[in-house]
Amino acid sequence: MKKTMYEKIWDSHLVIEVPGQAPLIYVDRHLMHEVTSPQAFEGLRLSGRKVRNPHSILATMDHCVPTKDRDLPIADPIARKQIEVMAENCRENGLNLYDMKNPNNGVIHVVVPEHGFVHPGMVVVCGDSHTATHGAFGALAFGIGTSEVEHVMATQTLPQKKSKTMLVQVNGKLSRYSSAKDIALAIIGKIGTAGGTGHVIEYAGEAIKDLTMEGRMTLCNMAIEAGARAGLIAPDEKTYEYLKGREFAPKGASWDQAMAYWQSLPSDEGAVFDTVITLNAEEIEPQVSWGTSPEQVIGVNGTVPSPDSFDNEGKRKACESALAYMGLTPDTKITDIPIDLVFIGSCTNGRIEDFRIAAEVTKGTKVAPGVKAIAVPGSYHVKHQAEAEGLDKIFLDAGWEWRDPGCSMCLAMNGDELTKGQRSASTSNRNFEGRQGKGGRTHLVSPAMAAAAAAAGHFVDIRKL
Amino acid sequence: MEPYKKHESIAALMNRSNVDTDQIIPKQFLKKVERSGFGAHLFHDWRFNDDGSDNPDFELNKPVFKDAKILVVGDNFGCGSSREHAPWAIADYGFNTIISTSYADIFYNNCFKNGILPIVVSAEQLDKLMAEINANEGVKFVVDLENKQVTTPAGNGFSFEIDPFRQGNLLSGLDDIGLTLIHEDKITAYEQQHKQTYPWLWV
Repeated sequence: MKKTMYEKIWDSHLVIEVPGQAPLIYVDRHLMHEVTSPQAFEGLRLSGRKVRNPHSILATMDHCVPTKDRDLPIADPIARKQIEVMAENCRENGLNLYDMKNPNNGVIHVVVPEHGFVHPGMVVVCGDSHTATHGAFGALAFGIGTSEVEHVMATQTLPQKKSKTMLVQVNGKLSRYSSAKDIALAIIGKIGTAGGTGHVIEYAGEAIKDLTMEGRMTLCNMAIEAGARAGLIAPDEKTYEYLKGREFAPKGASWDQAMAYWQSLPSDEGAVFDTVITLNAEEIEPQVSWGTSPEQVIGVNGTVPSPDSFDNEGKRKACESALAYMGLTPDTKITDIPIDLVFIGSCTNGRIEDFRIAAEVTKGTKVAPGVKAIAVPGSYHVKHQAEAEGLDKIFLDAGWEWRDPGCSMCLAMNGDELTKGQRSASTSNRNFEGRQGKGGRTHLVSPAMAAAAAAAGHFVDIRKL
Repeated sequence: MEPYKKHESIAALMNRSNVDTDQIIPKQFLKKVERSGFGAHLFHDWRFNDDGSDNPDFELNKPVFKDAKILVVGDNFGCGSSREHAPWAIADYGFNTIISTSYADIFYNNCFKNGILPIVVSAEQLDKLMAEINANEGVKFVVDLENKQVTTPAGNGFSFEIDPFRQGNLLSGLDDIGLTLIHEDKITAYEQQHKQTYPWLWV
């Protein structure tokens, strides 16, 4: 039988199927951060259970960590406690932790690929919905809740219902001004935030093959915003090239053995998907979200839609409430929307290529009067690489702040946040009400679009620069 | 986990779609290292005014919904982050049942780990239930998980589908990890095989 990549990974990780129960699947890699793990460790302790395979775990601190003045104690006592508890839990269980002071520290989904910890064909979990990022390597990677974090620590398995499969085929070539982020937003705009519910998405087509590994990570990262359990991209030469030589990548004879397995993973020719969606990359403009859901998104040359333009009652109401929250009126040109703050960073767009393109746009500009712009590298490695290339100087000369790594304004848990009514151009992944601070208004964009908005004080069509 | 028993409870109505986990439990409350006490912050940004007083316009602040155990909501409930703090907050607040047309996958899974029954109904059925609550706020529904039945005073009752394994676990209040460890020998055997097939993963 012809199989999709998802089905191949599923079949090779099936531990047991008991009639009437959810199948148990084996977990190869377990990623951790400080917010969704403490209650899981507490559960283990209370039940007298141990971590089954400490080597399968890589942990970091990212959600609550300050992105400046890292030498000072964390001001927020509850965040400080969470950080201390994480360190203690990792020490007690012998887990590999990149703590705040570690040179490998950063956002979990940026750090893990840097070290080659995830390979094609693995099952990867983390108490974080953006685990989908690692699908870029052809690994089945998905977010889980804290009870499941405890379950995986204790058993190295998870009871899972098999997902349906969706093929998102992106044909043609992307314009040089559009990016993986724009593909991600355009897909969500097309299928909606529940469009992928119950599915694992496989992205394929010329535009996907053309993406760099970092671009593929950005795209898979936002599979969850389309409601999907995970996103997958077939491994190819770019994948192998990226992995080769990294710390946890196989070496020597193991490399050849691994390659033989990896090359068997892509979906068989003619494998059947439950749902197929097709997009033409040439039609994907730079995207800007205008509402409070990632599906409320439009090309930069568009205008804010009117509730009447939706034929579905639910979408009409959602538009009305989003416009009220966002302080926008229908028919406003996207390029006329002024912004107060720009954030480049996050597990979606906090990698070196993101800062390179943003620096290219920023070079020789100044941040517009009244606008604050912060660049938050996804890891210390990204930060140091950018500094070695002189990118930090470009941002600093333009009036940007150049920070230490962390999730920062993506979810605003660490004190970096919008105040009520402030409007951001943000390279993160969610524009929910209050996501970047209570009453804050978020517009999701690519790094190039964010950098251009910082200089102009409003959104601009980067194709016209 | 408490076993889920048949109950007759007030059904509260929130006619909103795509309610995300950032609304269910805003991020400023995710720093606690315990599982308890999140109910006080459920729907915080909608529920409270800036000065901390109750927002009288928020649906769940209606006195008539005070003791509700059933939450009736619009499509795609619980989308966004994987935070289990969302179902912890819902359960801690006092809800043990949600009725909607659809849920985000991770949230749906998380509900079962916390004694919450997420019932899926058709859009048409949801409209009827919403209309019944609107016409008679404070109305009580009977939820019978064993027989997969909901009954309402106005006769808008229905049967629902649920995975039998999950149904059993909710009814018995059984711990998932204990259930999995019954198969520990199978896990160990798989692991041995895995080490032979994918040795580079074990270096």
